Amino acid sequence: MKKIIKANISRRKLMKGIASVGSIVAMPGFVSYSQAASSSPIKIGFQVHRTGIGAAYGRWYDRTTQAAVKIINDSGGINGRPLEIIAEDDGTDPKRGAEALEKFANQHDCDVAFGTLFSHVVIGSAPRAGELKLPYFVVSEGHHVASGMLNRYTLQPGITDVKSQVQAMAPFVKDNLGKKVTMVYPDFAFGHDHRDYFSAAFESQGGQIIAKVPIPPTESSFSKYFPKIPRDTEVLYHVMVGPAVLTFVKELGEFYGSKGPKLFGFIDSVEAVDLSTPGLEFLDGSYFWEGNPRYAQANQTDHDKFYRNAVGVDSNGASVSDPKDVSTYAHMFGCWETLHIIKKGMEESGYSGIKDRAKLIEAVESMTSMPLSKAHPQGAKIFNGKTHQTFGHQYITKMTNGKLVLAHTTSIEDTFYPDEVDYTKQSF
Amino acid sequence: MRKDLILHLSALSVLLLLELLGIFSDYHQGNFARILVLAAYGVGYNILFGYTGLLSLGHALFFSAGLYASGLSVYHLDYDIGQSIILAIGISAFISSLIGFLALRTIGVSFMIVTLMFSQIAYLSILYFGSITRGDEGFVIQQSSRIFFSLDLSNPTIRYYSALLIFSLCIFINLWIAKSSFGRVLVAIRENSDRALMLGYNVQSYKLLSIIISGTISGFAGACYGILFGYVGASFATVSYSIFPLLWVLIGGAGTVLGPLVGAIFMFYLIDYASDITDAYMIIVGVSLLIVTLFARRGLLGELRYRFFKWIP
Repeated sequence: MKKIIKANISRRKLMKGIASVGSIVAMPGFVSYSQAASSSPIKIGFQVHRTGIGAAYGRWYDRTTQAAVKIINDSGGINGRPLEIIAEDDGTDPKRGAEALEKFANQHDCDVAFGTLFSHVVIGSAPRAGELKLPYFVVSEGHHVASGMLNRYTLQPGITDVKSQVQAMAPFVKDNLGKKVTMVYPDFAFGHDHRDYFSAAFESQGGQIIAKVPIPPTESSFSKYFPKIPRDTEVLYHVMVGPAVLTFVKELGEFYGSKGPKLFGFIDSVEAVDLSTPGLEFLDGSYFWEGNPRYAQANQTDHDKFYRNAVGVDSNGASVSDPKDVSTYAHMFGCWETLHIIKKGMEESGYSGIKDRAKLIEAVESMTSMPLSKAHPQGAKIFNGKTHQTFGHQYITKMTNGKLVLAHTTSIEDTFYPDEVDYTKQSF
Repeated sequence: MRKDLILHLSALSVLLLLELLGIFSDYHQGNFARILVLAAYGVGYNILFGYTGLLSLGHALFFSAGLYASGLSVYHLDYDIGQSIILAIGISAFISSLIGFLALRTIGVSFMIVTLMFSQIAYLSILYFGSITRGDEGFVIQQSSRIFFSLDLSNPTIRYYSALLIFSLCIFINLWIAKSSFGRVLVAIRENSDRALMLGYNVQSYKLLSIIISGTISGFAGACYGILFGYVGASFATVSYSIFPLLWVLIGGAGTVLGPLVGAIFMFYLIDYASDITDAYMIIVGVSLLIVTLFARRGLLGELRYRFFKWIP
């Protein structure tokens, strides 16, 4: 039976109240659902970018999540209980994101919330997670978790953050591509993280950032920015996100043709983009950071094979049902791994219901080594319970004959940086 | 007692009783807290659009001015909540005076475009000064900073009462304006500004004052939103947040005091319930808005006023 009211009140008062609010109370879904019984599913509130700038990521985050849930449920669920995903579109908007968390916690009685990539949605939602005392497992890459900006209820155990990714790239770029770098990046926080963290890491390696070219977020044409790139640039570092990424790389190709500096980009610039698209031939020979290599590599692990097959991704990183539907392979593994971490955390803490949320967080905080496995197909990781952030291998691939071929794998230690927060000191 | 006063006091009493009697589930308590603050923003918008007849597409500028003034003063300068809200009101009033002074050199469509452009400048400035504002990511106002006279504003019950107080304050200002001679001049300007001019009113001054009041209330709502919900971000300065109050006012009833509240509730729950039905919920939202526009052209409350209750302000 549905729970109608949250406090014990007399029938007279109840009737009076119902009369006061009339049809509003009668609207479906106005009341919260019943507390989960111990045999009922574990509810995971999945905050997903179905609309807005992050929709391409959201579609694949959804598919990966559904695949992971199927695998977990097929193997007996968590503590004998199946997982149930309650998905809610956050519109890639922080206000909607926070509302989604409220719905998960107070309407659906979800055990935990999970998902979402874009940093502003996470930062806008995390305060509500803390207030609602709802464990919030994000798959965002942002440095906001480890920076100490958020709270004890927000964790990022399934994907590395941009600070660690960027600093791990610096030695490879300097040793293999060149010492004079120009950076092209979006002129908002994500781009600024690249600008600041890569600059610091690269200059500490003895390299030089000779120009920084920020591109306003409202821009849809990029040609006018390319003349700002100095002629003595040895390496062009580029990172771009959003619906205009294809235009960006095409115009970059038109500007340089087969000449120009060596290119090093974050895969975000071409994430979910078919690399056989006419106009992208100039990318051949350029290098990309990838969180997880899109193309199945010669040394592909059995774990990646298993994961790729479960999600429905072919060896080229596209959907098995549509070769033109290219996945966000570099990021979406985070959903898979995070769900497996939630499973492990719940099993280790003996999680039985919402009252055990704090125990779940403590169990995850106590995790350290996460070896390469079916649960972690992207690679081994080391989780830092104090900063709520995981650290792992980063991959650099080279575009060769239209495919991205692995050129370098960083060590996990390459991605470390000093702790900036200790969330375990915060009370629940 | 005046009928209009009874109506508004009753509406506020219902909102109070919903909480006092524990009728709200936690979910709807949180939703209504959010809706009330956003409706306060809608009240600010309504004074300019509904009463004065000036259609602005740049009100996100005023909302975000208050949001950032309070948020940044807490985040960087350790202001307490009271100080930050006073600062936000002052800055919103100053910015709305400036924008009003410049934008009122135009009328009609040009006014819409000019206000939109100013709002875009504000949005891009927030991104440009990312080292201070944290750009698009925004920043969190920590729970420890959201204390006002020993009251923890992150507490759901205190937040709800705070939101109700904020909304009440705004609608009583609106009600006072609507019943005052000043408000009647605004309506006269809306209906026929040339006639108001001919009658001897300084139309430009009245319009400017209307923008200042409207912008200041919007900024006040923005400041309260950031403090109550703990997040300040550039998305609140985007054009969407200029369109939202326009929608709330149009759906609820332009030129009605409670119209923004009715519109905000309608829009919020329309999206909320539609998203439970289908992933393509925006289709339902779009069709519903079309139906409302076709069959209640004056908005929900506006239509009621037109057909039955002429006295509703």
